Amino acid sequence: MGILKTFSLGGVHPPENKLSADQAIEVLPLPKQAFIPLNQNLGAPGVAQVQKGDVIKVGQLLAKGEAFISSNVHSPVSGKVLKIDNVMDPSGYRRPAVVVNVDGDEWVDGIDRTDTLVKEIKLSQKEIVEKIHQLGIVGLGGATFPSHVKLMVPEGKTADVLIINGVECEPYLTADHRLMIEKGDEILVGTTILMKGLGVERAIIGIENNKPDAIKNMTELAGKFKGIEVCPLKVKYPQGGEKQLIKATIRREVPSGKLPIEVGAVVNNVGTAFAVYQAVQKNKPLIERVVTITGKSVAKPGNFMVRIGTPIRELIEKAGGLPEDSGKMIGGGPMMGKALLSMDTPVVKGSSGILILRESESKRVDVKNCIRCARCVSVCPMGLEAVLLAQLAEMEMWEESEQENVMDCIECGSCHYTCPSGRPLLDYIRLGKSKVGQIIRNRGKK
Amino acid sequence: MSMLTVSGSPHVHGDSSVKKIMYTVVIAMVPAMLVSVYFFGLDALRVLVISSLSCLFFEWLIQKYLIKGPVTIFDGSALITGILLAFNVPSNLPTWIIIVGAFVAIGMAKMSFGGLGKNPFNPALVGRIFLLISFPVQMTSWPEPKMLFGSMASQPDAMGGATPLGFLKEGLKNSTVPELMSKMPDLMMDFIGFIGGSLGEVSVVALLLGAIYMLIKKVITWQIPFAYIGSVVVFTGILWLIDPDMYVDPLFHLLTGGLILGAFFMATDMVSSPISPWGQIVFGIGCGVITILIRIWGAYPEGVSFAILIMNAFTPLLNRWLKPKLFGETIKAA
Repeated sequence: MGILKTFSLGGVHPPENKLSADQAIEVLPLPKQAFIPLNQNLGAPGVAQVQKGDVIKVGQLLAKGEAFISSNVHSPVSGKVLKIDNVMDPSGYRRPAVVVNVDGDEWVDGIDRTDTLVKEIKLSQKEIVEKIHQLGIVGLGGATFPSHVKLMVPEGKTADVLIINGVECEPYLTADHRLMIEKGDEILVGTTILMKGLGVERAIIGIENNKPDAIKNMTELAGKFKGIEVCPLKVKYPQGGEKQLIKATIRREVPSGKLPIEVGAVVNNVGTAFAVYQAVQKNKPLIERVVTITGKSVAKPGNFMVRIGTPIRELIEKAGGLPEDSGKMIGGGPMMGKALLSMDTPVVKGSSGILILRESESKRVDVKNCIRCARCVSVCPMGLEAVLLAQLAEMEMWEESEQENVMDCIECGSCHYTCPSGRPLLDYIRLGKSKVGQIIRNRGKK
Repeated sequence: MSMLTVSGSPHVHGDSSVKKIMYTVVIAMVPAMLVSVYFFGLDALRVLVISSLSCLFFEWLIQKYLIKGPVTIFDGSALITGILLAFNVPSNLPTWIIIVGAFVAIGMAKMSFGGLGKNPFNPALVGRIFLLISFPVQMTSWPEPKMLFGSMASQPDAMGGATPLGFLKEGLKNSTVPELMSKMPDLMMDFIGFIGGSLGEVSVVALLLGAIYMLIKKVITWQIPFAYIGSVVVFTGILWLIDPDMYVDPLFHLLTGGLILGAFFMATDMVSSPISPWGQIVFGIGCGVITILIRIWGAYPEGVSFAILIMNAFTPLLNRWLKPKLFGETIKAA
């Protein structure tokens, strides 16, 4: 296979622990009660379209994304709206959500629920973007950026390549991996739709080399599609970061502070490509997604097709219940995921996995003095000096933080992961980012 | 089941720790320690033990009774300072002088700045320089290397226990390089260690073994030692080409004195060297140039310790001046 491609700056290789890689995707039974947050995307929250007491069907519009960077939310279940109330979402904040008492599984008309592959794309470029907008598709890699916005290339810029992210560089997670094995054709049709929506002739699917079965399957299937190639990549975290993936696949470097479109690229996750396929070809809104439930003590780690709004409790029960020695629940992977506060937290569009860590794995190591070993600097994929940024934040020196490019940090956590003194570098850098972000926004207002 | 933990990402930690790094360095120094005992006998063992124990003792004393904070003497850093200090003194140094050196290294150069990670200068070198200036006679009376078991062809009597560098410096006042070289053991002896000098600097081959181990274990990077040694070779090479009667060849500079010890074990001290690869390269070149300036034109025959300490002082400036390459920097935003 020769030398595998990867990004050049920094990176780490945490133990992969892909415990659920061989578990086929199962459909998780419907919950009794669903909690559907109105804001499941990066950007402005949606505006509620239902009220208490309404009887709703699967696929019905629950919240309308009215702002430019915003997204629609559809009902993943049928039943009666109990209330619209603040519910804790995976971010840990209480935010407005529609609470539904689930009753049966009634769908709105016009949604194709069969598994038949529909290859022919009938919609025009404009209609594709509109469809993706209407059916509430957001980036499923975790950032939940509204997908239709990505397809609208700003004036003066041109896109020439679509990159599909099948890297899944987070340890433990296998949702994208399974999707590429089981829904390869659908992902490729979805990719073709995204290419048409974007107006590009070329797409590259980046997959890390620890998923040889996915690489094989996608490469074989891609032969039947025009302009799509599969690019195997060397395993290195955080290759799933879009700037790192662009660098790895097409050797282009997105300038500091700019978006990928600056170098003619747009990145979408394989999960998003699958959702786009379902939306455009099957008229199915984004109401379910694949979620990995995993952990070393979890009895039956697996991958499940889960309706949005399902409390993670259901998922954990299905995997054999919360293990005795559990110490931490994480929404997402161990490097960038968020620790969850409650088992009632609902699955949202951005949930890629639930990871249960053992108590022995849950505590941070003791913090010692910095020995200036510069490992945090050598592993930073953005070329930042984590040790300096953390110090500046500790001393509340925000101007200097901005000059040292704190806003370039992608919060991958490689610095903290690698620090021999166990220093919470990313905690400080996040603080710096939020303070500097505030300063920049205030400057814009003046 | 108790309460679940909630904390920010990342939720996993790599397997590196301060202890691991420090003890890797200690292991890397084992070959040179063995060689020093082999050549200088039990006296070398005495210096090593006294120096290490005193360093650990002073760190414990200060942490426990002066700072009244946690005691961290087993993190390996004080042990490294102790061994390095021993490496930098002659094997016949009186015990009390070694203890003074350990006190200066740990007490003044390390703990007074805040302990591990806070010292701007390499503690062992500060201790060594303090001793060199305060006790010049004891610090430069080099015993001849004797094998622990059996006898060896000892070095030519003409050298009278001086180090090759000292002998050269003294001799050049009224002689030429080729004449002096003929009176010295050949360079192979320097490489293996049959020469006078401080404990740790005599055997290049033992030091290189440790250096390779540290490079493989990634506790040091190649930039500082290679830039240091490279600049010494280039600088002395140019001088040697200009006038081989006045200036000795680069290989001699490489294999004698504390260059290899300094380049791999002391200039690479993480705490007092720059962060970015380019900063480290400039740091290494600076060390090389200053070393040779002192060796050839300075008052001392050897300049490694001074060179590293001087460059330590430049470390904060180098950190400001030479930043790591930023992602997305090569293509300037339009």
